[in-house]
Amino acid sequence: MKKEEVPQDKGNLSNINMKELVYATDEKGNYTTALSTGWEPKTIALSNSIDEISERIAVAKEQVENNERSPIYYFMEVSRMDLSILSSYVGMWQWRVKRDFKPENFKGLSDKVLQKYADAFDISINELKNFKTN
Amino acid sequence: MQTNFTHHQSAHCENGVASNLLKHNGLDISEPMVFGIGSGLFFVYLPFLKVNYAPAISYRPLPGQIFNKLAKRLGLKIKRQKFASEANATKALDHNLKNNIPSGLQVGVYNLSYFPDEYRFHFNAHNLVVYGKTETDYLISDPVMENVTTLTHKELDKVRFAKGAFAPRGQMYYPIQIPEQVDFKSAIVKGIKNTCRDMLAPMPIIGVRGIRFVSKQIRKWPIKNGTKKANHYLAQMVRMQEEIGTGGGGFRFIYAAFLEEASKILENKELENLSKEMTVIGDLWRDFAVEASRVYKNRSTKADVYNTIADQLLYIADQEEIFFKKLKKVIS
Repeated sequence: MKKEEVPQDKGNLSNINMKELVYATDEKGNYTTALSTGWEPKTIALSNSIDEISERIAVAKEQVENNERSPIYYFMEVSRMDLSILSSYVGMWQWRVKRDFKPENFKGLSDKVLQKYADAFDISINELKNFKTN
Repeated sequence: MQTNFTHHQSAHCENGVASNLLKHNGLDISEPMVFGIGSGLFFVYLPFLKVNYAPAISYRPLPGQIFNKLAKRLGLKIKRQKFASEANATKALDHNLKNNIPSGLQVGVYNLSYFPDEYRFHFNAHNLVVYGKTETDYLISDPVMENVTTLTHKELDKVRFAKGAFAPRGQMYYPIQIPEQVDFKSAIVKGIKNTCRDMLAPMPIIGVRGIRFVSKQIRKWPIKNGTKKANHYLAQMVRMQEEIGTGGGGFRFIYAAFLEEASKILENKELENLSKEMTVIGDLWRDFAVEASRVYKNRSTKADVYNTIADQLLYIADQEEIFFKKLKKVIS
C-alpha cells in the first residue's frame, strides 16, 4: 500500500477523533508509517456485527417478555457475552448457567447467586429482578 | 508517581508494547523488527472454536508469544507474572511503578473505557503499558492509541481480570535484563525461519494450507448455513483480519517493513525484493477485504459471489506459498 492510498474514510474511530497507525510505502518505495481515520470495509464489517448483536438483544427481550427465558439471558446478550464467557465470569458450570436461563429456575435463585450475575453484567440485583428494557 | 516513559503509537498492540518497553530500557528496536524477529505473522483456522458465533480465524500466534520469542532470540530476560487475587496484582504493579519500572499488561478489551463503544468486545489478548499512578487513575500507554490515556483503579482491575478465552489473570511483564551487545543478525534469521516453517506447515489448519481450507469452507458456507450466517461469518473474518492492525493486509505491510529493515542489517539485497513482493500480497489481502465487504453489504444471495471471493483467497494462498518458499531459500 502506498502512503497516499492509506484510507481516510469516515469510520467508528473518526467519531471520537482516534486514528490508527499503518505501514505504507513512500514515493521511493521505502516503508514509513501513516495515520488512517478508518476504512469502509472495516466499518461495514463492524456495523454488521453490531446489527447482529442488536437483533439478538431484540429476540432475547421478546423471549423474556413472553416468559420463555429469564432476564439473565437478556443481560448476557446486552453485555455481548455468550454462554462460555458468562459462565467464566460467574464461576459456574455452563449447564448450570443454561438452567438459569429458564424463568422457573430463575425465580428460585438466591440473592447470593443473583449478585454474581448482577456483578458480571455490571448492574444491580434490583435491575436483574425487576426486568425492564428501555 | 510516574515513570519517565515515552509513548510511541504502533499498528499492533503486542509489538508496540514490546518495542516501547525495550526502547525505554535502552534497546532501540522498531515495531516491524519486533514483529519479524518474534515471528508474529501466522495463520490458523479453528472451525470448532466459535468467537462471536463465527468460526475462529487467527492471524497471530498466541498472546505473549511474539515478545517471548523475541526475548529468546535476542538474549533478553523478561519477567512474567500472573496473579490469583486482584489485591496481589495491584500490589505488584504499584511496586514496579514505585521502582520506576513501566510494566506491560495483558488485558481484556471490553472494559477499556477509552475505546469507542463499537470496539468493546470480550477479547482478552490486548496489551498496554502502565507507566504511572495518581490518586484516582493509572496512566496508560496503549500502543494503538495516538496519545497516552488513563483508566481508574477500578477499571484497570476489571480489564486485568477479564474472563473468558485467554483470560489475562492479571498478567504483567517487563524486561529485567538486556545484554550490552545484541546480535540482530542471527535473531532475524531465526525469526524468518520460524515464520516460513509456520506458514508452510504440513497441517491443514495452519499457514498457507489453513488459508486454502478457509477458501474451501467459504464456498460451503452459504449452502450449509444460509446466506445470513455466511455473511456474518465473512464479516467476522474481515474484522479479525483488519481490525486495529491485526491480520491480513496490515500484518503483511508490517512484515514487508521488517524485511526491508532486515535486508539492510543482513546486507542482503534479495530481502528487499521480497519486501516488495510482500507489499503486493498485502494489497491482495486488502482487495479481498473490499470484495468480502461488498458481499455482506449488499447481502447478495447468489452463491456465485462466495465462489469469487473463495477464488481470491485461494490465489493469495498460492502467492504466499511461492513467497515463503523463496524466503526460506534466501535465508538458508
